[in-house]
Amino acid sequence: MAQPVPAPASQPGEPLVVLDHVDKHFGALHVLQDVNLTVRRGEVVVVIGPSGSGKSTLCRTINRLETIDSGSITLDGVPLPAEGKALARLRADVGMVFQSFNLFAHRTVLDNVTLGLRKVRRIPGGQAKERAMALLERVGVSSQAAKLPAQLSGGQQQRVAIARALAMEPKVMLFDEPTSALDPEMINEVLDVMTALAGEGMTMVVVTHEMGFARRAADRVVFMDGGRIVEEADPETFFTAPRSERARDFLSKILTH
Amino acid sequence: MDLLADNLPAYLSGFLFTLRLTVISGAIALVVGTVLAAMRVSPVATLRGLAVTYVELLRNTPLTLVFFFLVFVAPQFGVRTPLGFWTAVIALSAYTSAFVCEAVRSGINGVPVGQAEAARAVGLTFGQTLSLVVLPQAVRSVIPPLINVLIALAKNTSVAAGFASVELLASGRRIALANPSDAMLALAGVALFYLVITIPAGLLAGVLERKVAFAR
Ligand SMILES: Nc1ncnc2c1ncn2[C@@H]1O[C@H](COP(=O)(O)OP(=O)(O)OP(=O)(O)O)[C@@H](O)[C@H]1O
Ligand SMILES: [Mg+2]
Repeated sequence: MAQPVPAPASQPGEPLVVLDHVDKHFGALHVLQDVNLTVRRGEVVVVIGPSGSGKSTLCRTINRLETIDSGSITLDGVPLPAEGKALARLRADVGMVFQSFNLFAHRTVLDNVTLGLRKVRRIPGGQAKERAMALLERVGVSSQAAKLPAQLSGGQQQRVAIARALAMEPKVMLFDEPTSALDPEMINEVLDVMTALAGEGMTMVVVTHEMGFARRAADRVVFMDGGRIVEEADPETFFTAPRSERARDFLSKILTH
Repeated sequence: MDLLADNLPAYLSGFLFTLRLTVISGAIALVVGTVLAAMRVSPVATLRGLAVTYVELLRNTPLTLVFFFLVFVAPQFGVRTPLGFWTAVIALSAYTSAFVCEAVRSGINGVPVGQAEAARAVGLTFGQTLSLVVLPQAVRSVIPPLINVLIALAKNTSVAAGFASVELLASGRRIALANPSDAMLALAGVALFYLVITIPAGLLAGVLERKVAFAR
């Protein structure tokens, strides 16, 4: 598959996703409070934090599955469109992988991957199928192409979901706890695919509790609490010498069990 | 029984009228009702408002009133609907589309929200998300209530009898009036012909339901 030439992860490129003074409420709940975040091209940013801290919401604002109340979000220098065709086009450039896979239940694995290629990218059927098969091969589920999602294991479904997102050749991939719904023995097969992707220079925003993945693949760790970004650091610094009390507290809780 | 046999042509023409009324009004109501359902889940508030108003208005108005409105009130405002068959089609499809909308909408709401989110995340537009991902999955749960709506429609065509139509019930009534002693039998004949429409519809519902089932 023809991937855009990756920028080396060690020297991140220009800003790709920029959140500037982003605020969001759910009713009275202030879920995102003055969030500023820049993700550079080729960078892998891992977002961690306690439950309810706003990680999923942050992730979902980047492809506008959630709207924001104030501030701005730009992708590749362009503010996110509000509605309609322009928004759909933008979303095609942002891959998203959900905790619960969300494969189209009535379509085969292959169709799940080709649907966007045919209907959004307008690629003819044969060519779309070829590309989809190559991607399924890459994530190791090509032998399941003709099955319905429900016939696959969770790990396989999530790898198909990654292939479906990659098919659009997105500028950035968002992962919202991609392994949290998986049985323990399936977590690594998904993390391996993600690690490979990171190594190839894909720009990624990953919400996860998998500290191993964060240490291995992240360029930067963002720690959120109570709707705010409390701390940002490279993984080594963050895990060994967190600056904030709240991050230390959080790490001690998740690392002791 | 002679009564039924003797009047078979009258029954048949009434039956065919009812059948045509049901099929044409049903087809229009399915299209309009699905569009209304799409409006009700659309991101545009104006469309949602329009659809809600229409559905609540029609759903809570007796069908007879809808006919009254078209036949007696609308002409006074210069809206002259063609008499007979097409008036009945307009009234029945306007009324039935509100119920189709509710059936389709509850089917749409039964599809996990993650399906639509994933479709939008891939870059599908609202219309594509609905037609390629959500509606195909809603179909399974929508068919049984839809068939019920259509069966109700077949029976509701009898309301057109009161408005100078020549559908099944109107034929039956004429036959009954001409043969007062056998009035019950005449009307039983009407019921029989309705069953010819509604029973196969019910069977069809079962077949379709099995056909569109898929594992989740
Ligand atoms: N659609 C919604 N309506 C109302 N409140 C919501 C909605 N979605 C999320 N919230 C609330 O917003 C807060 C942040 O939610 P979010 O899902 O972003 O947290 P999170 O950090 O992803 O947590 P978790 O680790 O549990 O997934 C939570 O208190 C949650 O209950
Ligand atoms: Mg979450």
